[in-house]
Amino acid sequence: MRNIRNFSIIAHIDHGKSTLADRLIQATIIVPERLRRDQMLDTMDIERERGITIKSNTITLPYVAADGQEYKLNLIDTPGHVDFSYEVSRALASCEGVLLLVDASQGVEAQTLANLYLALEHDLAIIPVINKIDLPQADISGVKEQIKRELGLDPEGAILCSAKEGMGIAEVLEAIVTRIPPPRGNVEAPLTALIFDANYDSFRGSVVSVRVFDGKVKPGDIIRFMATGNVYRVEEVGIFGLTRLPQPELAAGAVGYLMASIKTVRDTKIGDTVTLDANPAPKPLPGFKEPKPVVFASIYPVSNDDYQALADALEKYQLNDAAIVFQKDSSAALGQGFRCGFLGLLHLEIVQERLSREFGQSLIMTVPGVRYQFTLTDGRVVAVDNPQHYPDPARIKETAEPYIRAAIMVPERYVGAVMKLCTERRGENPQFSNPLPGRVELRYDLPLAEVIIDFYDKLKSVTQGYGSFDYELSGYRPSDLVKLDILLNGEKVDALSMIVHRSRAREWAVRVCERLKEEIPRQQFKIAIQGAIGGKIIARETVSAFRKDVTAKCYGGDITRKRKLLEKQKEGKKRLKMVGQITIPQSAFVAVLKAGE
Amino acid sequence: MEADPKTKSAAAQVNHGSLPGLYVHVPFCRGKCAYCDFYSVGDLSLIPAWRKAVEQEILYHAGTFAPFDSLYLGGGTPSVLAEADLAALMEAIHRHFSLGPASEITMEINPEDADFEKLHGYRRLGINRLSIGVQSFDDEELRFLGRRHNARQAQKALLWARAAGFDNLNLDLIYGLPGQTLTGWEKTLAAALAFRPEHLSCYQLTVEPGTALARRTSGRPLVSEEKEREFFLFTGEYLEGAGFFHYEISNFARGEGNYCRHNLKYWQRQPYLGLGPAAHSFDGRKRWWNHRSLADWLEALNRGELPAAGEEVLTPEQVRLERLLLGFRTKRGVEFGHLAGDRWQENLADLASRGWLKVEEGRAVPTLQGYLLADRLPLYFT
Repeated sequence: MRNIRNFSIIAHIDHGKSTLADRLIQATIIVPERLRRDQMLDTMDIERERGITIKSNTITLPYVAADGQEYKLNLIDTPGHVDFSYEVSRALASCEGVLLLVDASQGVEAQTLANLYLALEHDLAIIPVINKIDLPQADISGVKEQIKRELGLDPEGAILCSAKEGMGIAEVLEAIVTRIPPPRGNVEAPLTALIFDANYDSFRGSVVSVRVFDGKVKPGDIIRFMATGNVYRVEEVGIFGLTRLPQPELAAGAVGYLMASIKTVRDTKIGDTVTLDANPAPKPLPGFKEPKPVVFASIYPVSNDDYQALADALEKYQLNDAAIVFQKDSSAALGQGFRCGFLGLLHLEIVQERLSREFGQSLIMTVPGVRYQFTLTDGRVVAVDNPQHYPDPARIKETAEPYIRAAIMVPERYVGAVMKLCTERRGENPQFSNPLPGRVELRYDLPLAEVIIDFYDKLKSVTQGYGSFDYELSGYRPSDLVKLDILLNGEKVDALSMIVHRSRAREWAVRVCERLKEEIPRQQFKIAIQGAIGGKIIARETVSAFRKDVTAKCYGGDITRKRKLLEKQKEGKKRLKMVGQITIPQSAFVAVLKAGE
Repeated sequence: MEADPKTKSAAAQVNHGSLPGLYVHVPFCRGKCAYCDFYSVGDLSLIPAWRKAVEQEILYHAGTFAPFDSLYLGGGTPSVLAEADLAALMEAIHRHFSLGPASEITMEINPEDADFEKLHGYRRLGINRLSIGVQSFDDEELRFLGRRHNARQAQKALLWARAAGFDNLNLDLIYGLPGQTLTGWEKTLAAALAFRPEHLSCYQLTVEPGTALARRTSGRPLVSEEKEREFFLFTGEYLEGAGFFHYEISNFARGEGNYCRHNLKYWQRQPYLGLGPAAHSFDGRKRWWNHRSLADWLEALNRGELPAAGEEVLTPEQVRLERLLLGFRTKRGVEFGHLAGDRWQENLADLASRGWLKVEEGRAVPTLQGYLLADRLPLYFT
């Protein structure tokens, strides 16, 4: 245990976390040429595209330090978005220290701070690392100042490096050994191992990433997951190299994996404690939370014929996502689909994108919403997140919506803008504190519904990226809710309905109608777009009918070009949905989603 | 000069089975008209090199196509060719290809190039149809379009053409100029009809990217959609009233017989061979096209290679799509067997009820209104 170090790299987006991880791997493990890729740990396409890490990827680095001893450095990769803060917290709970990475040309930014707080909450050793010192605009002394002033850390302990150029890597490795404490635990005590990640292997089932705190585990052991109560027989344990490396056992202080023919990742809950069935630990490790979906949306295939393919794609997707929940749903406008629950908007976007790829077709997703509570006149309380299940208004006695307590951290100069944003979003009960010089933390009560559609992006925009945002659910409060319906030529498009607060209804209606007008192509008849509450129209737009669509000339040299255009339009048609007589492109539903922008 | 009766009646036949057509692109012009996006150059000294290269291209294709029954000399401005070049070209064509005596042989000419001697010479070389780039009989409009002739020259050219014995004439006309009124357009049509042409091509002025007109208008539409519709519908009704058959969106034939046989091949997916820069070809299965620029086309031939820049072999679905997009441009329409898509029957019924399509003997045929939406119609059957 003395020669183990468990650590993570935390940083603001694009500050070089992945590149540094690659360098550490290259410096310690000999990487065959063919396995070398630019960003080895980021395995998902979306991650590459967005420059963020979504899934944890953990690896054990064998390192011979300056003192001549062999160490095992366990690098635990962490997802970087507030939607996944629970996963981040479990990953950090598995570490003793972190490398806090700061880009020398950008300085300390919002996520740097947010991640630092998380690390402090877990009492981790913090090693500041200043990266990208090779850049001409690198301002090392400036960043050191920031580290002192804004982070409250000793800048002299900061390690200078350029992951891209391979500078300072040796110093980083030494620092991990000398400045991050070894894990503490009792190998004789009953087994407690924290699950911080799980991935699905189609041959072996769930591959569970664990940090062993006390005790040990080996193949043949019967283990129990303390939160789910499930019992399994361990088939294999090991550590993560570039590939999985089976080991005879994992003991206190170790980071690695176990496999026990666990059919899906849903059975392995992140934050759960693994113990031995024969000699269970008296208490689970602290901090376990059930993932709770807070954002809901319905997913439909563009063509009804593809429903089964979508169902299959969802099943397959589910294998690797423990958080998503879904059930069958149907819409008069869109046919058969699924109602899904997500951890947050990023989760939703990831699911949508991965699902589209898996499914091979475009998807229609309705406007995301939250779960509301309705107290009916007969006394019953019903929970409704699907606007289609909105109760009969005549029978509603009271309505309530979920609230959050939001914590927003910004440099002082943005406080006004943030207050304005929160007020616009029906924020209440503001409180201010000053955690660091120059930084203000605002706490607000906000309706969750106001936060799930583009709040985070708006926050980033008004704070020029410096605002960081975290929240906790704080229960239901009474609210004046209405159902906003969208009608096309008098017909309700149920998939576009939304449950909104009365004060925001008109604004939403206007925006949605405007976006739809832009997105719905002209057809052979006029289209009236209307937003309505009950029977009352509160917004309208019109799409005029097309009157002419013809090319004057079409001779020998024009045929190929015109046909290619037609082929393209034919492809585009696949993304069209008929609602009554009206053809609506899938992009229209997406546009309405983003109507707040 | 009496017209050869055999030549006239043969050229008057439509739908001449599936014999291929031959197209030669003459990429030379004295100036570039404001609206034109066809390929051409202004350096006429390159004509001999071009002609020799065409002859070389002819050799490559000799014997590969069935006998042609149409030849179309297009451009550019074919009438800038000196008689010697034209004669040599025709000789090479006749030597290596089979082009029967009943073939339709069209040449495009600009009014400013016409004189009686030249036109007579064209007749002697076997050209039996002229397509004259009149565009308008209003001098101001001609200036706007960047044409290099005036109305008077156009009138003279037409008179000489008749005098030289051409009994198959087409006039190209353009409408939809900014500021043009229906009355003004009607005047042009009436002036055209005074020459009793066998065929008229009436094109709506379209701003093509890369043209002087495009630069001038920088993307703004020239006239309103309503005005475009108005002119199109007026033209259709006016010419039908004058005894013309509106057989393709922009093309009118007087009486049943005077279709442009060559162009019909494009719209009916019959084979054609294209020679010269930018020319397109189709052998019934495969489409290919020559390098667009004279220089590239010459270079390929100089290297001893076929000057094709690209090709495609059509899949059955691509063939069907072509049938749709071409069929809805002509009065032949599209056979039911080629219509597809989840709701094609409903769509057909709906479009028929709107008066855009007619159902005739198992074919969906566009009406005059339907012509206006010809680019949209295929989408209802896809």
